[in-house]
Amino acid sequence: MLERHILGPIEALGQYVLLLSKAFRSLGEFGIYQKNLFQQMVRIGIDSIPIVALAGLFSGAVLTVQTAYQLESPFIPQSIIGSIVVPSMVLELGAVVTGFILAGRVGARIAAELGTMRVTEQIDALEAMGLNSIGYLIVPRVMAGILMFPVLYITATGVGIGGGVGVAHYGGFLSAGEFVAGARQFFSPFDPIFGLIKSFVFGFIITSVACYKGYYTGGGAEGVGRSTTEAAVLSCVYILFANLALAVLIL
Amino acid sequence: MIEVRNVYKSFGSLSVLEDVSLTVQDEETLAIIGKSGSGKSVLMKHLMGLIKPDKGEVIVDGTDINAVSYQELRDLRQRFGMLFQGGALFDSMNVFDNVAFPLRTFSPLPEDEVRARVRENLAEVQLEGVEDKAPSELSGGMKKRVALARAVALKPQYIIYDEPTSGLDPETSNTINELIRSLSEQSNITSIVVTHDMHSVLSIADRAAFIHDQRIRWLGTIDELHTAEDPVLNGFVRASEYQIGKPAAATNK
Ligand SMILES: Nc1ncnc2c1ncn2[C@@H]1O[C@H](COP(=O)(O)OP(=O)(O)OP(=O)(O)O)[C@@H](O)[C@H]1O
Ligand SMILES: [Mg+2]
Repeated sequence: MLERHILGPIEALGQYVLLLSKAFRSLGEFGIYQKNLFQQMVRIGIDSIPIVALAGLFSGAVLTVQTAYQLESPFIPQSIIGSIVVPSMVLELGAVVTGFILAGRVGARIAAELGTMRVTEQIDALEAMGLNSIGYLIVPRVMAGILMFPVLYITATGVGIGGGVGVAHYGGFLSAGEFVAGARQFFSPFDPIFGLIKSFVFGFIITSVACYKGYYTGGGAEGVGRSTTEAAVLSCVYILFANLALAVLIL
Repeated sequence: MIEVRNVYKSFGSLSVLEDVSLTVQDEETLAIIGKSGSGKSVLMKHLMGLIKPDKGEVIVDGTDINAVSYQELRDLRQRFGMLFQGGALFDSMNVFDNVAFPLRTFSPLPEDEVRARVRENLAEVQLEGVEDKAPSELSGGMKKRVALARAVALKPQYIIYDEPTSGLDPETSNTINELIRSLSEQSNITSIVVTHDMHSVLSIADRAAFIHDQRIRWLGTIDELHTAEDPVLNGFVRASEYQIGKPAAATNK
């Protein structure tokens, strides 16, 4: 009992770190995996743009309506809504909403894909040919995650702010001009940098956890199902922790 | 030459191989026979370092494959081609790209020659017109043949076939046996064939090794197989619908 609950996670962490260090060491032969990187950047990044944009749009819009509702007072200038919505999107919502959506979309897909490759011996087949399966499969996915999550974060945040402005303007809360003026008043250039850092970290967490779960899948179709669920759930949990840790450390 | 020396392997409490020793001579064709679950596939994976033994060594051309760096192991693996029992086709690629994969990755051939080679390889396993299909669209026997074409694409020094004819009709089986035999007759190709099919054993192998109760119970030439006096071996061979002395023996080369 004790052994399972304490040593289990420590062992898993060790295995995870070892996998990543092997991936890191295989960076030298990156030439071979380059084609896979572009493919993964499309699948992880470009293909996720619509859902991330949609989520961003609604977060920005809802945030604006709710902020307007809370601040409904003749003594508060309505431009303050822009000052609240924009930093919230930039600092928090853009990255977190992207992270949660992609933990499901990207994390589960990677884990299912690699897990299936494991149980059908496709990973053995790669190794048998003399390829480095970790370099071939994991490096492109994690790199694509790190490279594309910031793009997705920018998309979600940009569309979210757009949604906020749209709702503010057409919903009759405040004009687009006032919204932008409010946003500018308290704008800190560090905010988007912090958001980008978060998105890098989330991209790394989601893809690396999913690769780890998928790569070490055992036990047939059931094992693939388990890995897939665990990849999605664990990435969400780690994103929550990382989000707090980054806020405490950096802000 | 591949030497397996005193290999032990267990999975948890299940002991699969115990003190297994076996030498595969250069250019021979060795058949591995034994009951389902006796550890044939596990032994094959040991030959390429896909599974590490708990104890014992696997020596390929003088190198202990479990004592060298990963890089060296990968170089050694390029001398091998392996047909996995389940095919292990890459399902992210179509049939053509599966067979072309080793050629594109490891040979300097230009793309048009790769194309010609892949067509040739697929024709050899009697598969034409399926190049653009996904592996999931193929029948079990077709998958196996695509996997076979992929395994031999680079004409490696060692070719391991894990049940190349299981799930195939007798006629296609014969074609595959012919292909394996003609490959094995080329110089510098050593073949290891795991099979349940005694007809394959007799028609393609020089020697056979029988795995039973975690060990190599019997090892000898095909001629010796006819006269072996091991009751367990004889029982296995007879159960494979082959009676020693019956016409099947005539196909022995
Ligand atoms: N990765 C693994 N983890 C746990 N047990 C395994 C693993 N691989 C094989 N085994 C077990 O080892 C034993 C031998 O398996 P193996 O696949 O080598 O049998 P086989 O002789 O190839 O049988 P078949 O003729 O049916 O293919 C089986 O009992 C199997 O359950
Ligand atoms: Mg087997």
